[in-house]
Amino acid sequence: MADNYANTADKSVLWDWLTTVDHKKIAIMYLIAGTLFFVKAGVMALFMRIQLMRPEMEFITGQTFNELITMHGTIMLFLAATPLIFAFMNFAVPLQIGARDVAFPFVNALGFWIFFFGGLLLSVSWFFGGGPDAGWTSYVPLASREHGGLGIDFYVLGLQVSGIGTLVSGINFIVTIINMRAPGMTMMRLPLFVWTTLVVSILIVFAFTPLAAGLALLMLDRIFGGQFFIPGMDGNVVLWQHIFWIFGHPEVYILVLPAFGIISEVIPAFSRKRLFGYSAMVFATLVIAFLGFMVWVHHMFTVGIGPVANSIFAIATMAIAVPTGIKIFNWLFTMWGGKLTFNTAMLCASSFVPTFVLGGVTGVMLAMAPVDHLYHDTYFVVAHFHYIIIGGIVLGLFAALFYWYPKMFGHKLNEALGKWMFWLFYIGFHLTFFVQHILGLIGMQRRIYTYLEGQGMATMNMISTIGTFIMAFAVVLLVFNVVYSAYKSERITERDPWDARTLEWATNTPVPEYNFAQTPQVRSLDPWFYEKVHGDGTMKPAEPLDDIHMPNGSILPFMIGLGLFIGGFGFIMMNMENPIVPPLLVVILGAVLTFGSMGLRSIKEDHGYNIPLERIKKIEKEAS
Amino acid sequence: MADSVDMTKGLPSHPERATLDGKNKFLGFWVFLGGETIMFATFFGTYLGLMSGTADGPTSSDIFSLPLVFIMTMILLTSSLTSVLAMFAMKKNNFKGLMVWMWVTVLLGASFLGLEIYEFYEYYHYGLGYTTSAFASSFYTLVGLHGAHVLFGLGWITTLLIRYRSAGITLTNAPKFYVASLYWHFIDVIWVFIFTVVYLMGVGG
Repeated sequence: MADNYANTADKSVLWDWLTTVDHKKIAIMYLIAGTLFFVKAGVMALFMRIQLMRPEMEFITGQTFNELITMHGTIMLFLAATPLIFAFMNFAVPLQIGARDVAFPFVNALGFWIFFFGGLLLSVSWFFGGGPDAGWTSYVPLASREHGGLGIDFYVLGLQVSGIGTLVSGINFIVTIINMRAPGMTMMRLPLFVWTTLVVSILIVFAFTPLAAGLALLMLDRIFGGQFFIPGMDGNVVLWQHIFWIFGHPEVYILVLPAFGIISEVIPAFSRKRLFGYSAMVFATLVIAFLGFMVWVHHMFTVGIGPVANSIFAIATMAIAVPTGIKIFNWLFTMWGGKLTFNTAMLCASSFVPTFVLGGVTGVMLAMAPVDHLYHDTYFVVAHFHYIIIGGIVLGLFAALFYWYPKMFGHKLNEALGKWMFWLFYIGFHLTFFVQHILGLIGMQRRIYTYLEGQGMATMNMISTIGTFIMAFAVVLLVFNVVYSAYKSERITERDPWDARTLEWATNTPVPEYNFAQTPQVRSLDPWFYEKVHGDGTMKPAEPLDDIHMPNGSILPFMIGLGLFIGGFGFIMMNMENPIVPPLLVVILGAVLTFGSMGLRSIKEDHGYNIPLERIKKIEKEAS
Repeated sequence: MADSVDMTKGLPSHPERATLDGKNKFLGFWVFLGGETIMFATFFGTYLGLMSGTADGPTSSDIFSLPLVFIMTMILLTSSLTSVLAMFAMKKNNFKGLMVWMWVTVLLGASFLGLEIYEFYEYYHYGLGYTTSAFASSFYTLVGLHGAHVLFGLGWITTLLIRYRSAGITLTNAPKFYVASLYWHFIDVIWVFIFTVVYLMGVGG
């Protein structure tokens, strides 16, 4: 047992953040990285909307447009939405279950750095002859070695690396939620956000592994001359579509279920009522996750798999509307008769409900296999999934940001700016995407960089582009709000600025690195609210005050991520015209770095350190 | 907290799950194996979809030699058994038994890997290169991925054996050995499926 005392405060700022294994700091790193990728992909969307503003615009070329649609989709899903959700999971889940950290703090940092370097690998494609251009689904043969350029290699390796990071984080959350709960925190007392995190982590384990396999196949095809997707050598192109969508459809639920969880936290907090139908919510989450794996063929209705398969998958798809509907009504009934407070977080959370219903209804329309032949690959589909992703996930993320911000950073975001942001974003969003339903129905194809005059598409495209600019302005306002609030906003020292219900609000603000000086005893669902009403307003401790054992920081996660970046880049170099260094050398260097760091981790026993009792008492005294 | 295990009466009966750390590793590794199962399932699916796509190259019944594969299967099954014996030794706090049985596991695994390399070498000389056909690519990828897992497992267990050569069984290294042996069983189970789906179906079906 190592008791040499190495507090993070003794390290330099940069070294501390590079080596940290603290879930709260990793959450902030996820938040920053995700925001950067979000802004980047948002700017790409702006460029595309400018190009589509008027018929036959020549703002960007068709090739650039292809690269932009690919990178916009890929970055938004893998490198913006996923890390932003992970940011809130990392921050809130250990606090909400009354734990000091996640089950594997080291693996938590590893997941972040691998994701980060994977994203970086994908992003450097711009400097090596252009981004991937085969769409975020990267269908073969368009993406196979005969037709796809070097950009596709960056797509394949970049996603492969960042996918490993997501996978290990998912495993970590599962173990954390099952093993690290405070005494009395039974499964049916878990906050809904923790439930959705658990379910989503299970989805990640079962969906990101097929993606890893599929990407490996595409890489072997492109770099080592495999024949999986080459029809002339008895390969099969539809195979890629199956593997991709076996991953791709659950991915939608991986993103939206945590948003459901966030909404289920924010709405009760600002309705001053407990969540309506808690157990139905849990059950609905499980059913959605299960059905989410049974519907991938609805992305492939027009491939020609046959009427029987199409019918089965159509019915399974429509069945998802049932548990989702249960959730919608539960949120409505939670608000019904509550004392509502419409601040920014609540505005985002409550407006999520009608927007998501719109996206859900078009989803059921798309699920009807016969008419899907009309909708397929039109802007109707684009409108549908943006209603789900922006109207569902992004609004959920905004709600989470405004809700948890005081706990994360010690001050609230400015409410006036927040409300401006919300209304501009909401109006801009509907302006952008509502008309796209109609555009799709009158026959505008997605993924095509321009359209002709006199087809009745010009006005609606103009409206759509104006909406995009309003949305972009709202995001700029949000960034401004973050900076403004950092300087001007009042510091918060109270534990519970929202008078909320769950355990994270029982901790001090700012949260000390050990979270809870004494592990709390949970006595009810919404434990913090229970103690405020039935107890003395503090959590009952489940253990005596004593030294607290904490994990040591480590640079190894960073090194493993860096090794994967270098190794992945080496594989890509094998397809380059004239690499300066032999690619194999680069691959070996990456492998040595990655496996060497793993070996080091295995060989060196790291027992962490103890925070002595006196210091805990001192921190607790200062905070209260 | 995590290390408050009463050691006055010697090692607890399940040293691998006595600490919170050990419990976490135990569960986390099972979840990881769940993910690995799905990944292998994808490669199995790919193989099943493409196994008839031989593109005028050698077919499975042309090249597979069941006696060799049978010997490989027996070796790997035996290595799984020896890793179980190692775990029994660990639970009885018999450190020497643990070490010996684990080394036997490593040796058996290495000989399996040697035979697999020999097998691939033979097929290559028979005219089945990696790029010959979709069947060839999917066969080498599925079986080769299994081989890569064996290699990784060998490296892992050897590292543990050298690192803890004279440490005795502790609450820190017991979960590590246990998890490594779980991994080894997983590799073995995957091979049973490869034997059935790839080799038996390739020769008979």
